[in-house]
Amino acid sequence: MAEKKMKKETASKKKEAKTEKTKAAPAAKSALAPMTDAKNARVGVFICHCGTNIAGSVDIKAVEEYARSLPGVAFAANYQYVCSTPGQKIITDAINEHNLTGTVVAACSPRLHEPTFRMATKMGGLNPFRFEMANIREQGAWVHMHDREGATEKAKDAIRIAVAKASLLQDLIPKSVPVEKAAMVVGAGIAGMQAALDLANAGIKTYLIEKSPTIGGRMSQLDKTFPTLDCSQCILTPKMVDVGRAENIELMTYTEVESVEGYIGNFDVTLRRKPRGVLTPAEAEARGLVGGGCNGCGDCEPVCPVIKPNLFEMGMKPRKAIYIYHPQVVPLIYTVDFDSCIKCGLCVTACGEKKAIDLEAKDEFVKVKVGTAILALGYDMFPIEKKEEWGYQKYENVVNSLEFERLICASGPTGGHMVRPSDGVTPKKVAFLLCAGSRDNTGVGKPYCSRFCCMYSLKHAHQLIEKIPGVQPYIFYMDIRSFGKMYEEFYYRIQDEGARFIRGRVANILEDPDTKNLIIMADDTLLDRPMKLEVDMVVLAAAVQPSSDTDRTRKLFGVSCSLDGWLLEAHPKLNPCGTTTAGVYIAGVCQGPKDIPDTVSSAEGAASAASIPIHMGEVELEPYFAQCIEEKCAGCGMCVNLCPYQALALVEKDGRKVMEVTEAKCKGCGTCGGFCPGGAIWMQHFATPQIIAQIDAFLLGGAK
Amino acid sequence: MADEWKPQILGIICNWCSYAGADLAGSARTQYPPDIRIVRIMCTGRVDPLFILKAFTDGADGVLVSGCHFGDCHYLAGNFKGAKRMFMVKSLLKNIGLEDKRLRMTFVSASEGAKWAKVVEDVVNTVHALGPNPLKELAP
Repeated sequence: MAEKKMKKETASKKKEAKTEKTKAAPAAKSALAPMTDAKNARVGVFICHCGTNIAGSVDIKAVEEYARSLPGVAFAANYQYVCSTPGQKIITDAINEHNLTGTVVAACSPRLHEPTFRMATKMGGLNPFRFEMANIREQGAWVHMHDREGATEKAKDAIRIAVAKASLLQDLIPKSVPVEKAAMVVGAGIAGMQAALDLANAGIKTYLIEKSPTIGGRMSQLDKTFPTLDCSQCILTPKMVDVGRAENIELMTYTEVESVEGYIGNFDVTLRRKPRGVLTPAEAEARGLVGGGCNGCGDCEPVCPVIKPNLFEMGMKPRKAIYIYHPQVVPLIYTVDFDSCIKCGLCVTACGEKKAIDLEAKDEFVKVKVGTAILALGYDMFPIEKKEEWGYQKYENVVNSLEFERLICASGPTGGHMVRPSDGVTPKKVAFLLCAGSRDNTGVGKPYCSRFCCMYSLKHAHQLIEKIPGVQPYIFYMDIRSFGKMYEEFYYRIQDEGARFIRGRVANILEDPDTKNLIIMADDTLLDRPMKLEVDMVVLAAAVQPSSDTDRTRKLFGVSCSLDGWLLEAHPKLNPCGTTTAGVYIAGVCQGPKDIPDTVSSAEGAASAASIPIHMGEVELEPYFAQCIEEKCAGCGMCVNLCPYQALALVEKDGRKVMEVTEAKCKGCGTCGGFCPGGAIWMQHFATPQIIAQIDAFLLGGAK
Repeated sequence: MADEWKPQILGIICNWCSYAGADLAGSARTQYPPDIRIVRIMCTGRVDPLFILKAFTDGADGVLVSGCHFGDCHYLAGNFKGAKRMFMVKSLLKNIGLEDKRLRMTFVSASEGAKWAKVVEDVVNTVHALGPNPLKELAP
């Protein structure tokens, strides 16, 4: 124990020393004379072959010789893989042997290996921020593969530019900030629920935010899951109950994220609780109604005179203005739809003594502080009516796959009796159209594969065969993508069960106006002939797209998206749950189409990633802060207005106003430094003299 | 002689979107002309008009500033503030008799590798059509 305490004390002392150094930095910086620094600079340049990735298009020898000739360069070397252990050793050794003041590695992108080489620079005894990278792979060798001369010249220039900056780099010390011991998960579908449960079980207080009145998401709308044919609700509802009960989870349904401020470890999130119009027992108690609040008895529902379509049932079942989506909702609390409520008050009377209904409810804003956040925003169905040739919403018996799930589900609008919408008759011939709006290069649909439609359509065919004797499913496909564990076997099983597979896209669907049957015109590409087929019902396996509020929410958290709107991961292979905003992670389909097993895996990955900073207790922020050079500052205050984070303020010093930076708030964008008319703002690591030196090195420094 | 002239183009691009987009062009092996040199900054809001003017007085034939799309800035609206400055710099260039087309601001996201290649190609073509920076002749 005592030993531990001692260690802690020394650690805290070290930290004190560190902070003292940081505090001392600005004063030292004012006296900084970059040009003198540049004269004394001794930079080491390390050029990576990256196998043949770089060496295949760049003349490494010529580049190395050129680097050695540059002013300020004390050492230059090349190596097969500089990122390897021996490669990094070359850097650490050279720093000591040649008394280097800075290092330059000419290799891949700094977005990939900057941390690696900063560490190597640190191991050699230099401050890690005295390192600069020249990108000669992603922005050199790989984009000029057949232009060896051009790529070599570009690599030389890139190194010259990097050396110019490395000659002027200062020692910087990252700022350590404490991490709030709480996390937030936005979206409570299966991904969000799994992530929240994992975080909660790891002992982390977790706010689970859901925009709709219940958790469960898309998975709760499904009947069975492929290939095991588990009942979706049966495997989901225990998890929903766990989420509702978990001590560490604060579940906030019917709530949206309003604004996000702060940075990793310290996100201040404002949530908007939409007016639910119904009090939970806890809320009722807070208002002094002991024993009151909604217990889910449902007495209010029959008396409500307003009828609206139930979106959970894809609009195929009615609901009242006061409603729950389905009997298994968590939390079991009714919701008033204020868009359609006529405020007649009948429900209030029906509720009686519980006094759970408050028709005057308004938006409530709640502020919470969390260390990390996970976005699990899910998906919506692509509006397949845009593909007009298939007649969705024009012909009654053309449904999309989610509607089919509800039609065949025992808890669905028909109680599990599979009937077609036009006349309630059990269909005998059903066609499934795969890639409906997916893998579509016409500009109407989506170019990507929605990934799980093949498999659920196979499952749909199986369910029909199981339920309706003598039914004939037809599956129109481009390719069957049965990629997962036991999926291919499931495909064979459905073939054996008698589903007919026709390889070809459906060109057009027409409706017989008398029978409401559908006539499908397609091309059977295996037999190479056009075909015409009359069926009772058509199911479109529609593409999926990011859910409607994905774009708004991702912008609040500063997360980028790909061209198709799915959230962009930090690295597609090696960091699929991270984003470019530190402390924000993504889980489930919002990153790209996934089936349930992949969604759950990604949620567990995101939860694990999000728990790391919280368990570490503190994180280091990159020290790219703005600093004020007080003798140059005229106190105009333009920067104060430009700063998006309120990190700058004008303060009185020696009888005049000067700008002061709150480092913890500054994220280092440099918008203030780009504007300051007096050049009084020093952007650490991206300082004006450093950037000007780069520009000069490019345009004036080269041997022409 | 004119065929041998290779324009010197400076690209000042933001870390989060355009630099990532340029990296993506690289990993996709999308080929584009090698006439651009990159200075990486964290945000296009950092672009001081001084950088651009310095580049032109140093003899740059073109300058490309590229950041995130509006609404996608890693720092909320740095790209917007940077873009507003570009209008000012463009009018300044016109006033001193330099073609304002030599300066270009574009918006390339981290997922737009192909667009980055197109942008560079387009800038190189534009600068080729304009010819060398006339300020070069004035230099001692």
